[in-house]
Amino acid sequence: MRRAQNLKGWLLCAPALSAMALVTAYPVFYAVRLSLYRYDLRHTADPDFVALRNYFSVLSSEVWWQALWNTLLITTVSVFFELVLGFALALLMHRAVFGRSALRSAVLVPYAIITVVAALAWKFAFDPTTGFVNSLFGIERAWLNEHWSAFAVIIFSEVWKTTPFMALLLLAGLSLIPDDVLKAAKVDGASAVQRFRLITLPLVKPSILVALLFRSLDAFRIFDSVYVLTRGAHGTESVSVIGYNTLIVRLNLGLGSAVSVLIFSCTLAIALLFIKGFGTPLLRKD
Amino acid sequence: MALRFARTDRLLESLGGLLAIAYALLPVIWIVSLSLKPGYELGDARFFPNTLSLEHYRAVFADPQFPAALLNSVGIASIATGLSILIAIFAAYAIVRLEFRGKRWIFYCTLAVAMFPPVSVIGPLFELWRTLELFDTWPGLILPYLSFTLPLAIWTLTAFFREIPWDLERAARVDGATPAQAFRLIILPLVVPGIFASAILVFIFAWNDFLFAASLTSTDRARTVPVAIAFFTGSSQFELPTGSIAAASVVVTIPVTALVLVFQRRIIAGLTAGAVKG
Repeated sequence: MRRAQNLKGWLLCAPALSAMALVTAYPVFYAVRLSLYRYDLRHTADPDFVALRNYFSVLSSEVWWQALWNTLLITTVSVFFELVLGFALALLMHRAVFGRSALRSAVLVPYAIITVVAALAWKFAFDPTTGFVNSLFGIERAWLNEHWSAFAVIIFSEVWKTTPFMALLLLAGLSLIPDDVLKAAKVDGASAVQRFRLITLPLVKPSILVALLFRSLDAFRIFDSVYVLTRGAHGTESVSVIGYNTLIVRLNLGLGSAVSVLIFSCTLAIALLFIKGFGTPLLRKD
Repeated sequence: MALRFARTDRLLESLGGLLAIAYALLPVIWIVSLSLKPGYELGDARFFPNTLSLEHYRAVFADPQFPAALLNSVGIASIATGLSILIAIFAAYAIVRLEFRGKRWIFYCTLAVAMFPPVSVIGPLFELWRTLELFDTWPGLILPYLSFTLPLAIWTLTAFFREIPWDLERAARVDGATPAQAFRLIILPLVVPGIFASAILVFIFAWNDFLFAASLTSTDRARTVPVAIAFFTGSSQFELPTGSIAAASVVVTIPVTALVLVFQRRIIAGLTAGAVKG
């Protein structure tokens, strides 16, 4: 009976596991292998074993470190704003009696929109000729042609698109708090701020950590917005843009795979940092 | 005093709600209004158009690129969604209903895939797809979408399956139904709403993807809407066809947004249950 259950369980999961392995596990091993070869489709058709030389090239190039720094900056700043805005939004949705469903619907709109379209909408909005942002503030500024303002637009666009996701995760956390606890605290004379700090926050902490982990990993692979808004110009390249450019635009599969493996390692490091460092309750027993 | 507090509270809440709605809708209204401006008004830096014109909509449908991309997107995203949900149903059923060794291990695997950076596999996939002749074809995109949406589908379905009264299935079995019959006749109708919600989430993922579509396609054969829009150059290389891009954006935004709004409640349940209850 027990053996039969084991077999049945694995058989039912097998299609899902093999599909996931086919497109992630196998290619990532293949990427590790490719990264050890000099393999440039534009110059040579045959791969040349070069051991770790591709990694030396990447790690000693300024471009990689600039992109890594950019990506970490985008990740931290955007996830920070998402958390603050998302929490405010979640509290609003949680408490709203009036217009609650309109609010929930509106919040889903950014989620449903293609990232490329959202980025283009903001690109046109900040554009000096087509956009309304400059005339709104009465300034003349080519937002996407300068390093810091381009960054600001990228982060703004990312925050707009993903705050709803954060808000919904936090809302789910908020809805797990029993009302009685908050009421009891109120009766005991705890102020709104105290109730928030001493009851709401600790109880929502697991949801916050899960949301932060997911959003950080997601923000770290940012590609669409950067590509649409600046194509990586003016020092705004993210690591995914570097990977895409090396692999698909310059067709340098060896060097590009080294970049890919490095990005994969960074992702792993971020995930471990969260799970070990903050004890994310993601892996709790069922 | 208390009454006044309550009133200001409610006022602030309503104000916050309105702000939030405006925040969420602003770029959508902007791109719709941009798409309706006639060509000579595009550079007037105003938010709303003075005169309405459908010229950009006519232009995008006259250009063969966009209808082809739309067809590719609809086809690829739908097939990927269908397959992903079908496979995820088996897995989610097993995870919820069966006790078997290695269940947690399967959970970790899906978690790992959900966190995976897609850019790490586009190189190998590009190389493999060229050898297998999957480059620039529908299956060449369906496969990655299927694999990357499986974690999402499995989690949301697991969350929905947990809510089902499985005793009903046992009762049916006692009455002589085969396991397959019990599942098809009793359980499936109960999970249809959950399946639908998961399907929309998966569809959005596939519909939204830009990286795979930009890397693994090269022509109208399989190029999807996000890539077509991002690479759209129009008639002149030096001028961005803003109006056409805006019109194309509206065409791909409105149907999906409408779908999401109609099934709003279920989708929120799916998103949050899958993520928080794990």
